Amino acid sequence: MRRRLGFVPCALLALAAAGCGKKATPEVAPLPRDSAMAPPSRPGTPPGNPGPGGPGGGAEAGRAALLADLGNVIHFDYDQDAIKAEDRPILDRKAAILKANPTLRIRISGHADERGSDEYNLVLGNKRALAAKNYLMAQGVDAARIDITSFGEERPVDSGSNEAAWAKNRRDEFEIIAGGDRLVPPK
Amino acid sequence: MKPWLLGILVLPVLALPLAAQDTVRVGITYQPGIRPGLVVLPSPGLDSVHAIVARDLDYSDRFEVIALAQPSATDGTGRSGAPLNFAFYRTLGAALAVELLPAPNGEVIARLYDLAAERLRTEVSLPMDRSGVGEGRLGVHRLADEIIRLATGQAGIAATRLLLLNDEDKRIWRVDADGAGLLPVTPAGIQVVSPAWSADGGRIAYTQFARDGSRPIVLQVLATGTRTTLPTTGGTQNITPAFSPDGRSLVFARMAEQGVALYALNVQDLCCVERLTGGRFAENFSPAYSPDGRRIVFVSTRAGGQQIYAMGADGTDQELLVPFDFGSTGNSNAPDWSPDGATIAFHREVGGAPQIWTFALAARSLKQLTSLGRNQDPSWAPDGRHIAFVSDRSGRRQMFVVDTETGRVRQIMTPSTARLPAWSRSLGRPRQ
Repeated sequence: MRRRLGFVPCALLALAAAGCGKKATPEVAPLPRDSAMAPPSRPGTPPGNPGPGGPGGGAEAGRAALLADLGNVIHFDYDQDAIKAEDRPILDRKAAILKANPTLRIRISGHADERGSDEYNLVLGNKRALAAKNYLMAQGVDAARIDITSFGEERPVDSGSNEAAWAKNRRDEFEIIAGGDRLVPPK
Repeated sequence: MKPWLLGILVLPVLALPLAAQDTVRVGITYQPGIRPGLVVLPSPGLDSVHAIVARDLDYSDRFEVIALAQPSATDGTGRSGAPLNFAFYRTLGAALAVELLPAPNGEVIARLYDLAAERLRTEVSLPMDRSGVGEGRLGVHRLADEIIRLATGQAGIAATRLLLLNDEDKRIWRVDADGAGLLPVTPAGIQVVSPAWSADGGRIAYTQFARDGSRPIVLQVLATGTRTTLPTTGGTQNITPAFSPDGRSLVFARMAEQGVALYALNVQDLCCVERLTGGRFAENFSPAYSPDGRRIVFVSTRAGGQQIYAMGADGTDQELLVPFDFGSTGNSNAPDWSPDGATIAFHREVGGAPQIWTFALAARSLKQLTSLGRNQDPSWAPDGRHIAFVSDRSGRRQMFVVDTETGRVRQIMTPSTARLPAWSRSLGRPRQ
């Protein structure tokens, strides 16, 4: 349940090639959609794949789980920026990890579905990112550790024109921008 | 029967000699709402020019264009000096005839004949690349606009281009107003949105999705490709740029945690950012200048939903512009001020789908222009008569043009989806 959209591309790569971090998708791709979602991966540490039981394998698995929790996406109702009750545990977990790792900084990007006005959707994405930031701040995370931005409807995860696609596209994504190399779990 | 046709029928057929210098305007007077028939005569050796001009005249929506087949290159059926058969062209329903002739200096001459008076009304000669390919198309379009100006006294829109966002590569592309010459404008691998033209057509501005999460406004010179990030827009969240008509200012919206406000900056000296809208927790965005540069129309959520407001270019005198208390209360977005200053085009949600509307400022009257599918993001042509917009009526989102006088709609075909159109002013002047 927890490891949702944020890590799907990387997890799929890991399954397919067992080398997500090492042979990352080339950065020359015109729109590296996934780089915005995936945490900065260190060479040789495929998240979710601790390796063949070597020393430190448990720690890597723990770090991968923390990265997954930080990357979990939250969703919104149509034309709304209110945090849904079902997403609060996801944000609570992020707040706990942020508080346990004071050097960690994140960027929240808000997204909209293709309905509504294209330019208003840039504003709506900003409001959605701000809603999650305000929630984390209310949990005691310093505002300076959270950047926000908006993609409007310009970067959908599902290009379909139906409610299932729209529901997936109305979302906040979370990306680590600093301090993600060493993570300690919340107490 | 149309009055001008009656006039033709009672006229005796006179064989007036052609006088090349005769530019006296006789016969047809252009009347908006009545489209005179116009025949484009065969133009041997000018196949491309003939085809482009005939289509431009048709797309101006100011004539009933009667296309005559081009002679094949070998059969020698051109006019080749024979007198014009005025009576025959009148039987086709034409009041005007256009003849295109190659001039020895590489130019192309367009002659405009008045078929009722049976005389040459005027002629114009412009330099151009007769193949009509690539940049050479613009020269041909300028000749079409000259013909429209000489025939009607009104500005044409053939020598204009539209910017659009291509969803496939997230780059801004441009296309000639007749749908040809589709080319990318912004660099590959950089995602952008919201293209805007400078009034002189030399520069564009847009929001870039920077890798660091910021949303700078980037200024790009079209001739050189030089790109400049506008001051204070690096590291911040900025959307919906719009140039002032004199090219000195650029207004845009900045998104911050306290709300979304409009700012203006001096785009000549790249300095002096000034905040135009106040108020916390309201959003103000999608600005567009009036053609005299004195006012700005924009979207604000200060009263709840998105509605169309206006203010002085310095931020004073803010007012709700388009009323929303006449039964149609849907969110309203994407305003654009017509080049004659008289009308605002925008889109408003009707029954859950956006539709294109116009608001006439003097009469304070609203008019809904579309109803088929979802229609949004109108942009005025420089003739103040045509509007480009985006519609999903044929499936994926594509660009269309509506003539607000006749209601005629045509599609500008693009291989991918096309969004957020921006129509240029007339591009380049013919030789002075």
